[in-house]
Amino acid sequence: MGPAIRIQNLTLYRNEQRVLDDVSIEIAGGELVCLLGPSGGGKSSLLRCINRLTEPPAGTIFLGGEDVTSIDVLSLRRQAGMVFQQVVLYPGSVAENVSFGTALQNRPLPNDEIARLLALVDLPSDLAEQDSQTLSGGQAQRVAIARTLATEPSAILLDEPTSALDPAATRRVEETMLKLQQALGLTLLWVTHLPEQAQRIADRIYLLDKGRVVDEGKPEHLFRPGSDHLTADFAAGEMD
Amino acid sequence: MFELPVMNELTRVLASLFLVLMAALISRWQHLDLEKQMLVAVVRAFIQLTLIGYALTYIFDIDNPLAILLILSIMTLIAGYTSGNRAAGVPHARPVALLSISMGVFLTLGLLVALRVFSFTPQQIIPIAGIVIGNSMNVCSLVMRRIKDEVNGRRLEIETALALGATRRQASDPYLKMALQSGMMPIIDSTKTVGLIQLPGAMTGMILAGALPLEAVQLQMIVMYMLIGAAAFTGLGAAFLSYRQFFNKTHQLVSLES
Repeated sequence: MGPAIRIQNLTLYRNEQRVLDDVSIEIAGGELVCLLGPSGGGKSSLLRCINRLTEPPAGTIFLGGEDVTSIDVLSLRRQAGMVFQQVVLYPGSVAENVSFGTALQNRPLPNDEIARLLALVDLPSDLAEQDSQTLSGGQAQRVAIARTLATEPSAILLDEPTSALDPAATRRVEETMLKLQQALGLTLLWVTHLPEQAQRIADRIYLLDKGRVVDEGKPEHLFRPGSDHLTADFAAGEMD
Repeated sequence: MFELPVMNELTRVLASLFLVLMAALISRWQHLDLEKQMLVAVVRAFIQLTLIGYALTYIFDIDNPLAILLILSIMTLIAGYTSGNRAAGVPHARPVALLSISMGVFLTLGLLVALRVFSFTPQQIIPIAGIVIGNSMNVCSLVMRRIKDEVNGRRLEIETALALGATRRQASDPYLKMALQSGMMPIIDSTKTVGLIQLPGAMTGMILAGALPLEAVQLQMIVMYMLIGAAAFTGLGAAFLSYRQFFNKTHQLVSLES
């Protein structure tokens, strides 16, 4: 079986500026890969190309072997769900938010399915009826993850999902995602600017700087003391 | 009751200039620096209204349906251009405004004629069209500007919905509703209070021209009701045409004001 997500020689321009420069990345099914790097390095742009919030050139991104530009875009976005840095919960109950994506297709979720999804993200089922605007940041991000899971994606793209959370809430979201990776076999592509986070959670890491992949590997290799990897320099704050 | 004899029309106009003269004196006395502006305004009003007076006399005389349509088209074109300029920031603002206003104006006038509320004569259609077009122009600007503000301000909400598989229409739906409401509320509000706060223009004009108050009131009712219809038609067009300008066919948010 081929990789779940394959990015092949992707170069992307925005306003005549090169945002991504010949990026090639492969992610196996069920793998958690971190895109690490300084802000402005092109990580979020890359993520947005995968679910086509930004249009990539044809023949550069493949999901399950299929060119994303030839997949119906609405179905693509359900297959590759996205979790944003700034959580948006719509006015209404937690339950309404969790079933937002499926309600768009006229199939609102039954209560037991909402309870199951909340349990997957380690939230109690009695939260379902609560007003979505009253949640803590950590709870809101979990509801957003449950909402993404509701559309039954095979992969989830996470764009700095914990950067607005405190350290304790950050760790809980990380644990939840690692559990989901195991339990559901989800493929996860996680954008972060924090080397220690990538080191904690990633199966593999790609380091992106100025739109280029400048390093890649398993965290135990990249962060090994004395290694000549750029990732170690980035972690030490020594990358140019 | 004792009444002064009323002068002929042109003398009346000249006499009313006395009020502008007083305003100019106040401006001079208070150093408002508005005298020149007032002079320009008075001269422009004189020229514009005299020209339209002659134009209307000519059109009423020839009484040709094509001439009516031509005048309506010119009025609509100017309204579309003006409204498009007010809604700068919406991509293709002028064509969008022109289409929306045309839709509102021609639907409203068409229905009024079809329902035999007015006959398709220049004396009836042109003044009524003036009211409808002016109103539609304001509704159109309001709706388009609101759509622009919402799309620019709610980028996160919209992209979150898109990422969950929403179409551009589904992702914009709450903001379309808000924009339509904001465009229609002024005319609904003024219809609610009509006659209580001020006597509207059409009615005042008819009473001054010697019509019976109850006749004038009937016309005013028709005007208010048709303006609600025109606001709905124009607003709907403006909302649905504008939001699409911010997306492409792939349901991507493409155009954002920096």
